[in-house]
Amino acid sequence: MLSFIIRRLGQSLLVLLVTGLIAFSMFRFIGDPIDNMLGQERTIEDVERLRTQLGLDQPFPVQYYRFLENAVQGNFGVSYRQGRPVSEILLERAPATLELAAVSGLFALGLGIALGVFTAIRRNGIASNFIMSASLIGVSLPTFLIGILLIYLFGVQLRWLPTFGRGDVVDFGWWSTGFLTESGLKSLILPAITLGLYQMTLIMRLVRSEMLEVLRQDYIRFARARGLKDRVVNFRHALKNTLIPVITVMGLQIGGIIAFAIVTETVFNWPGVGLLFINAIQFVDIPVMAAYLMLISVMFVGINLIVDILYVFVDPRLRVDSAGGH
Amino acid sequence: MMSDQLLDIEDLSVTFPTRRGAFIAVRDATLSLSPGEIHGLVGESGAGKSTIGAAVMGLLEGAGHISGGTVHFRGDAISGRDRAAMQALRGKKISMIFQDPLTSLNPLFTVGAQLVETITEHLDLSEADARKRACDLLDRVGIPDPDTRIDQYPHQFSGGMRQRVVIALALCSEPDVIIADEPTTALDVSIQKQILDLIRSLVDEKQVGVILITHDMGVIAETTDTVTVMYMGEVVERGSTAKVLGRPEHEYTKSLIAAVPRPDRKVERFPQISYGGRETRFAIEELARDWPKTEAPDGPLVEARNLKKTFLARGGLLPSMRKYFTAVDDVSFDIRPGEVFGLVGESGSGKSTIARMIAGLYPLDGGEVIFDGKRVSGADAATLEDFRRQIQMIFQDPFSSLNPRHRVDAIVAEPALHLGVIPKNEVDDRVRDLLEKVGLGADAAVKYPHEFSGGQRQRISIARALATQPRFLICDEPTSALDVSIQAQILNILKDLQEFLGLTMLFISHDLPVVRQMCDRVGVLKDGRLVELQATEVLFADPQQSYTRELLRLMPKTDLLSTDGLQAV
Repeated sequence: MLSFIIRRLGQSLLVLLVTGLIAFSMFRFIGDPIDNMLGQERTIEDVERLRTQLGLDQPFPVQYYRFLENAVQGNFGVSYRQGRPVSEILLERAPATLELAAVSGLFALGLGIALGVFTAIRRNGIASNFIMSASLIGVSLPTFLIGILLIYLFGVQLRWLPTFGRGDVVDFGWWSTGFLTESGLKSLILPAITLGLYQMTLIMRLVRSEMLEVLRQDYIRFARARGLKDRVVNFRHALKNTLIPVITVMGLQIGGIIAFAIVTETVFNWPGVGLLFINAIQFVDIPVMAAYLMLISVMFVGINLIVDILYVFVDPRLRVDSAGGH
Repeated sequence: MMSDQLLDIEDLSVTFPTRRGAFIAVRDATLSLSPGEIHGLVGESGAGKSTIGAAVMGLLEGAGHISGGTVHFRGDAISGRDRAAMQALRGKKISMIFQDPLTSLNPLFTVGAQLVETITEHLDLSEADARKRACDLLDRVGIPDPDTRIDQYPHQFSGGMRQRVVIALALCSEPDVIIADEPTTALDVSIQKQILDLIRSLVDEKQVGVILITHDMGVIAETTDTVTVMYMGEVVERGSTAKVLGRPEHEYTKSLIAAVPRPDRKVERFPQISYGGRETRFAIEELARDWPKTEAPDGPLVEARNLKKTFLARGGLLPSMRKYFTAVDDVSFDIRPGEVFGLVGESGSGKSTIARMIAGLYPLDGGEVIFDGKRVSGADAATLEDFRRQIQMIFQDPFSSLNPRHRVDAIVAEPALHLGVIPKNEVDDRVRDLLEKVGLGADAAVKYPHEFSGGQRQRISIARALATQPRFLICDEPTSALDVSIQAQILNILKDLQEFLGLTMLFISHDLPVVRQMCDRVGVLKDGRLVELQATEVLFADPQQSYTRELLRLMPKTDLLSTDGLQAV
C-alpha cells in the first residue's frame, strides 16, 4: 500500500512538471504582455527594461524553471494587470468556484446515481425510457447553450432566479460564502445545474449500464435465492458493486467540473477563478495563467490519487497486504 | 396429494416468450422428492434441468413463466404464488446452491455479513445471536477456525471453502429442500468429493431433500438415490439410480451412459449419441492422403528439460519486497513421435503453464524445450518459425478462443496464412476441405462463430489447428467445457488424428477417465512438480505415489453404469 502511494506520488509529480512545461511553451503564442502593460507613450528602452525586469527575454524553459523555483517557496509572482500577488487574487476567487463546484458535483453525483439505479431496476418502464431519452439532451447540448436557455427561462421569462453574480455573501476570514443568504443560494441554482448537467447525465448512464451488468451476476441471483428482499439486493448488494468502476469516472468528472467552470462562470458572470483565467488570457497575465493551470493540474492529479486510494478501501480484493487464506 | 413428499412437481411446463414465438424450455416434467432423499436431475446443456430448479424457486429469468402444471411444497401449491410469497419461501424453506462458488458470493461483503443478513431475514434473532449461529454454521460445513474466518472476505477463501460458505448460506434457516445446481462442476475432484460427502451427511442428519442438478454421470452414480433423465425439456426416464444407470430403458439414456468415459476400462472409440438424429460424420482418414510424411526422429519428438516458471505474486518497489510463486518447478519429460502424452493435475498444478511454455507463449525461467532434436528455447528466428509451423494448440474454451468478429474461413486460414505454409490461392480449398473433414460442411466457412454450438466451435478450433499440417498438437483441456456426448465426438476426432495422421499430442486434462481413454503415457503434476510418470494402463492399475492413489480414489465411481454398447480394447 505504501509503495503504491509512493509510486503514484512520483507519477503525479511527473505529470505536474510536464503539464507546466507544456503550459509555458504555449504562453508565447497568446501575445506580448508588455503591449498591454505600457501605454502609448513608451520608448523602446522602456520595453526592453521591463522585458528584462520580468525575465521575459529568457527562453521559456528558463522562465519555467524560475517559476517552479518561486512556486516551491509559495511565491507565484505578481499579476501584471492588477499588480497584486497572484496567490492573494486566487485565494480571493477560490471560494466562489469551490462552492459552485461542490454544489454542482453533489447535484451530479446524487441525481446521477439515483436516476441510474432507478432506470436500471425499472429497465423497461415508461419513466426509465423517458429519462434515458431526456438524458441524451444533457449529453449532447454544449454547456453555454444550456446556461443561456436556463437564464432565458428562469431568469428572463419566469423571473424566479437571478442570472448573474453570487448574490450577497458572508465573509469568514478570507473565505466568503454564499450558502448563508437567500440571494446567495438562489444565485447558485442555475450555474450549478448548468455545470453539473452534463456530468449528471454521464454518471447516470454509466451507473445504469454498470448496474445492469451487476444485476446479471451470480451473487445477485444467489442473494435472491437466499430470500433477501429486493430492496436489500438492489441497494446493498448491487449498488456497492456498481459503484466500484463508477468511482474512477466520477473522480475525473469532479476534476472536470472545476476545470469546465470557466464556461459557466463566463455565462453567469460568476466571480470565480475561471472568470479570472479568461480575463488573464485577454491581458496575457502570465503569472495568473501559470498559477491557475498548475492549480488545476494539482487538483486533477490529487483527485485521481484519492480515487485510487478510495478504490482500495471499497474493494477488499485490492487489500493484498491484509489477505489471509491464500 | 401425498403430504409426506417434500416437493411434488407435476406436469410442469416452463415457457420463455421470444421474438420468434414461445420457447418451451420444460415440457410436462414430473418428479417428487422425499425427506432424506437426494434426487439427481441429469441431462445435457439445454435439457431444461436448471430451468426446473429456477421455476421451483420462482427465479426464472426475464419473461420466463410456468405455463402449465403445478409445484407442491409439503402439500401446498407454490406455483403461481406472487413475488412476495415466493420471496418469503426462498432461503427459508427452499434453498439453492449455484455452480460457481467464485461468483456466488458478493466480493465486497465479509462472509459473516452475508450470513448474518440471511439469518436475520428469516429468523427472529438479534445481530449477536445471528453471528453466533453463523459461526456454528461455518463450523458445521467444515470450515476451520470459524471465529476468525467469519470476518474475512470471499476472496480469502479457496474454491472449495467458498462452496462450503455457500452451503452454510443455504442452511441459514434450516430449509427442507435444497436445490443444488451443478454444485461441484467448477471444483477439483478432491474438493468435489468433500462437498458431495458434506451434502450427503447433511441429508442424513437433517432429513432434508436435495435436488442435485448435474451433467456428470459419475456424480449421479455416486451420490443420488433416485434420478430423472431429461432430454430437450422432457423427462425421458425416472427411477432409482441403480436401475436407471444400470438397466436404462430409454434409448437416450442408453446412449448417454455409453458416452461416459470410464475410469476403469479403456475403449477403442466412444459410442456416439445417435438419439434424435444428432450423429455427426467426420472423415479424418481422408486427410491422410495429402498429409506430409515426415521422417520420425529416432528419439523423442518433444523434450522438456528442467522447465521452471515463476510468477510475481506480489509487486513491490524494491526487488527484496517482491514475492514470487513457482508455478512450474523442474519438470522434465519426453514425448515420443506419434504418442499422446497426458498431463493431469488439479487446478493450480501448472499443467496449462507447461503447455504454454512448450508452445513458446511463456518465456522460460529455467530449463529448455527441444523439438525434433533442435533446441527451441532461445533459438534464432528461423528455427522458431520452423517450430511454429509444426505445432498447434487447441484451447479449453471454445467461446473465447475464436474471434467473434471473424468469419470461420478467416479463422481457419489465419495460422496457415500467417506462417506462409500454403500458397494464397489454395487457402480457400484447404479451409473448405478441412471443415468438410471435421464434419461441419464447407458451408460453415462463410458463417460466424456465434452461429455454432460449443462442440461445433471446438471442431472449428481443430480445423484451424490442422490448417498448417502440424506434427505436434497441444490440447489444453479440449473437452472440459463440453457435454458428454459432444466430448465423445471431439475425443473420437482426436483419436483419429493420432491414428490416421500420426500426430503427436500433449493432452492436458483434470479428468482422469478422459486421460485414461486418450493417453499412452501420463505425467501427474502436483504444485508444479511432476510426481509420477508412467504408461497410462500401468498408472491406473498400479499407482506408485500416494498422491496419484489419492486422485484415483477420489474419482466418482461409475460401477453402477451399464456397460452395454462399449467395446473394450
